[in-house]
Amino acid sequence: MELNKLTLTEAIKGLREKQFTSVDLTNACFEQIEKFDGEVKSYITLNKEEALAQAEEADRKIASGDELPPLLGIPVAVKDLFCTKGLRSTGASKILENYVPPFDATAVKKIREQGGVILGKVNLDEFAMGGSTENSGFFPTKNPWDLDRVPGGSSGGSAAALAADMCLYSLGTDTGGSIRQPASFCGVSGLKVTYGRVSRYGVMAMTSSLDTIGHFGKNVEDVALILSCIAGKDPLDSTTPDEPVDDYLKEINKDIKGLKIGLPKEYFIEGMDESVRDLILAAAKKFEEMGAEIVDISLPHTDLAIAAYYVICPSEVSSNMARYDGMRYGLSNRDDKTLEEIYNSSRESGFGAEVKRRIMIGTYALSSGYYDAYYKQAMKVRTLVREDFDKAFESVDMILTPTAPTPAFKLGENISDPLKMYLGDVFTIPASLAGICGLSIPVGLDNGLPVGAQLLGKRFDEKTILRAGHQYQQVTDFHKAKPDLK
Amino acid sequence: MSLTKQEVEHIAKLARLSLTEEEKEKYSRQLSDILAYVEQLQKVDTAQVEPTSQVTGLLNVMREDEIVDSEIEKELIDCAPEKIDGFVKIPKIFADK
Repeated sequence: MELNKLTLTEAIKGLREKQFTSVDLTNACFEQIEKFDGEVKSYITLNKEEALAQAEEADRKIASGDELPPLLGIPVAVKDLFCTKGLRSTGASKILENYVPPFDATAVKKIREQGGVILGKVNLDEFAMGGSTENSGFFPTKNPWDLDRVPGGSSGGSAAALAADMCLYSLGTDTGGSIRQPASFCGVSGLKVTYGRVSRYGVMAMTSSLDTIGHFGKNVEDVALILSCIAGKDPLDSTTPDEPVDDYLKEINKDIKGLKIGLPKEYFIEGMDESVRDLILAAAKKFEEMGAEIVDISLPHTDLAIAAYYVICPSEVSSNMARYDGMRYGLSNRDDKTLEEIYNSSRESGFGAEVKRRIMIGTYALSSGYYDAYYKQAMKVRTLVREDFDKAFESVDMILTPTAPTPAFKLGENISDPLKMYLGDVFTIPASLAGICGLSIPVGLDNGLPVGAQLLGKRFDEKTILRAGHQYQQVTDFHKAKPDLK
Repeated sequence: MSLTKQEVEHIAKLARLSLTEEEKEKYSRQLSDILAYVEQLQKVDTAQVEPTSQVTGLLNVMREDEIVDSEIEKELIDCAPEKIDGFVKIPKIFADK
């Protein structure tokens, strides 16, 4: 048995039944990393010593037979945007290359409190800015399905590490598609939660009005289980409302008879990849066979969402990146004499091209005389996009779309044309602006590359999209397909 | 919408970023492209539309103004590039005349 290939649910059962130990499970992941991560390059930092100690501790608890929390002894990969106490946390930026935070992000803390095993920190586009993981300040990550292709981004390391069975689940973040798109490109299940559903405390901020925390699993049941462990109000993050956390594992077992699923016409347009369209329509047909009702809907402001996003995001980036000034932590070029010289020089050598580009756009959009025309107008257009969804959800329970217009593209294909890269986010950004939840699940292969379908749900209604995704995976096998790593 | 090199230099100064000559050229071209793309927002009639800044509906979340010991004060200060007597040390903020 290759333990690293188990699902979370299988691993929990095996640990409880003492078929293997957490140390066995953890070692199996590190062996897989040793074998294949030289090529895939998903991990920035390995946490081997601490992980094995955590695994031994978990094994002691399991032997003692006390009440055992679900994530006890389970190895996880954490996007390097999360602060991890005593473990280097870089945001994939040279400006934090040597930063070791003295505290944990709330999501990480919750996993630690359950006795989780933290394998290490995985790669991303610098500070989550990008859709290919090529913008990492250190190295690009490769797609395990085809090493010439990108894993998607920004949570590319989290998706690639999971697709290559180098962990049992992984944490990521999604601002404009950064979990859903890499989940689609790497053939795993990935959840972007409703804005405010999971605490962002201790996760480096990018676009504060849109950033969400989420995760990747080998199937939707695993994704539901992880959500039940990390969701909820946090006094340290005032954007988390006091909404009840549903019993997701119970909810996903209900059937989907009579569930109304909307197909928005704006997501099935001329010029999109035909195989992607066919696979999504086949998934819709499957849902129909399972008893759901497919309803044609319209989200008329879809085509404005990218423009609004690429004003809102850089504006908030320019503000959030101001904290990296070489004074309190991170890179500081102290050989330069004056305060201003240190600012300019530390930021010049610490930030990569995409981060600088967004800081520049945002600074321009927020500068005197432009605020109303750019940021305020973008926030008004955001309202129109949000109202499209609110109106649609009056007549449907869930919306089904492609996650991305194409399967994974080649490394270097879009890197010199930022606008082309931005347009790849066309199907994930509208839901981000609306603050609703979204799940990407594998629905088949196009020329050997995974394609994901996006299930969008109402705010704080993760239970419905998880239920639809889980029920779909009960009657299909697409989520079980694995890349052929050699 | 097109940005001149001088405008790029001005934005970089506001953002506290040093740019090379090559970067200035590249950004004036790329930023112009992106600004031209987002120009489409100007055509939307939003006279009757309120802006959305977040979607939770939460408003002014308050807590008691109480001191809570972080217990990591020393470790936080230790992250700084330079420190002195338990404080973060920074260069003079006014230049010598």
